[in-house]
Amino acid sequence: MVNRRVLPGYRLSITFTLAYLSVLVLIPLAACLVTAGSLSWSQFVAAVWTPRARAAYSLTFGAAFAAATISTILGLLIAWVLVRYDFPLKRFFDSLVDLPFALPTAVAGLVFSTLYVPNGWFGQFLVPLGIEGAYSRLGIVIVLVFIGFPFVVRTVQPVLESLDKESEEASACLGASRWQTFRRILLPALYPALITGFALSFARALGEYGSVIFVSGNMPFRTEIAPVLIVAKLEEFNYVEATAMAVVLLSFSFVMLIVINLLERWSKLDR
Amino acid sequence: MNPTGESNRSDPGPQSANASADVVPQRRAQQDPAWVRWFLTLAAVFVLTIFVVVPVIAVFYEAFSRGARVYFENLLDPDTRHAVLLTLTVAPCAVLFNLVFGVAAAWAIARFRFRGRTLLITMIDIPFSISPVVVGLMFVLLFGLGGFFGPWLRSHGIQILFSTPGLILATTFVTLPFVARELIPVMEAIGPDEELAALSLGANGRQIFWRITLPNIRWGLLYGVILCNARAMGEFGAVYVVSGHISGQTNTMPLHIEQLFQGFNSPGAFAVASVLTMLAVVTLLLKVFVERKARQTVLEAAKE
Repeated sequence: MVNRRVLPGYRLSITFTLAYLSVLVLIPLAACLVTAGSLSWSQFVAAVWTPRARAAYSLTFGAAFAAATISTILGLLIAWVLVRYDFPLKRFFDSLVDLPFALPTAVAGLVFSTLYVPNGWFGQFLVPLGIEGAYSRLGIVIVLVFIGFPFVVRTVQPVLESLDKESEEASACLGASRWQTFRRILLPALYPALITGFALSFARALGEYGSVIFVSGNMPFRTEIAPVLIVAKLEEFNYVEATAMAVVLLSFSFVMLIVINLLERWSKLDR
Repeated sequence: MNPTGESNRSDPGPQSANASADVVPQRRAQQDPAWVRWFLTLAAVFVLTIFVVVPVIAVFYEAFSRGARVYFENLLDPDTRHAVLLTLTVAPCAVLFNLVFGVAAAWAIARFRFRGRTLLITMIDIPFSISPVVVGLMFVLLFGLGGFFGPWLRSHGIQILFSTPGLILATTFVTLPFVARELIPVMEAIGPDEELAALSLGANGRQIFWRITLPNIRWGLLYGVILCNARAMGEFGAVYVVSGHISGQTNTMPLHIEQLFQGFNSPGAFAVASVLTMLAVVTLLLKVFVERKARQTVLEAAKE
């Protein structure tokens, strides 16, 4: 669009950008890959595929998946209510959605762990029912939902606002019930945004550490997520095994990064 | 009776739904039945209350559970004061670096077309998708004693890991995308016309930036800085790995919370948490204000 020779500062800005990214991102990434590369394939597999590590991966993925699914449903509900309905304190609740972005994760973990213990505000009702929301897998999911649902709300909200009235009116004119209109007209239009929101909260949940260590109890095989295991390896000065596991997490991060990018492009095309 | 209802009679579809559609005026095709509205609104408010409102109240309740005197004693504890000071050193440094980076990256990406532009945008997103613990680990591999630069740094007496520079590096990495991600769409929406006009009138690069670009993007920039700062102050995982958690030396506020919590000093942990929560609330208020301003500038630019 703009010829690069017209406005000044192309060379300066692109050089600075690339240098900054190289020093801060690419060199550390390379260090990680080189260290992992010093292992032979069988050593690498032995490091990343222990029973304890497998338990940690499946918990990390399972909890992240469960949390992202719940976040998607709750996020759609909140976005729908905020866009379509009027109620007192709507503005207030709208800005509350951003609080999990602004609140340090350590604070979230700290407060969620005390709310769900047996004598906590929620725990005193839930624990007698057999719902253990602290120091359990459920606790991990709860705190990951807290961290993940704003992503869904903030991706769905603008799309829901920009939907045209005509298709809904047409659907109503043709005799569809409100529920049919929602399922056949609105939901398909929201799919790209919903899936993007799901992917964003899933990616965030996969790497989350700060809040989880407070609520999970970090018991190996039961409530230990992969990042916690990496830290445990580091504290034993077992850098090579820690790096090998980090490479596994890194590869999933990159897959998610690519998926999210494709999804965002897809939802832009769809609009 | 509205005519659309009549035409539906032949339809074998859900009769009960049609019956209610008859009463609803045509213009309200987007309106849901009252009980649905009530139910969904209450559900959404309930979810937000359980997940956001109650936890925030609980932070302050727990912090003051032993009375105001204990609360302020906890805050004035030397280790806590040091943690506050360290957070107030690390976060602004990280924000400043990423502010400069964000402006440079946005200028390059929003004002020029070049090969690898999409790849560059994706690269800026990398820090968002990497687990903070892995970020910390990468810096340990670079600057630790057994790391790539470790021996060299030690022979020159430079300490990066387990000290403030390491904390700043890790925090800068994690918060790298915030300013750039906010600025790129803002600068693309505003467009290069004013800058091109200034150029044709004989302004040099510096004049264009300070007199045209910066005033145009200031709200978007501030918005990015606010988000970046919130994340920088709250960063836990990456900082946890590089800090070595030395109380009174390398503990930022979130790390200090964890240490107090592990030491069964719950009121102390909540006292520090209450400060961070207040910061988060201030961040939200600023965000609402700045967001509105930022949207106005983009809309004005679009009108012209």
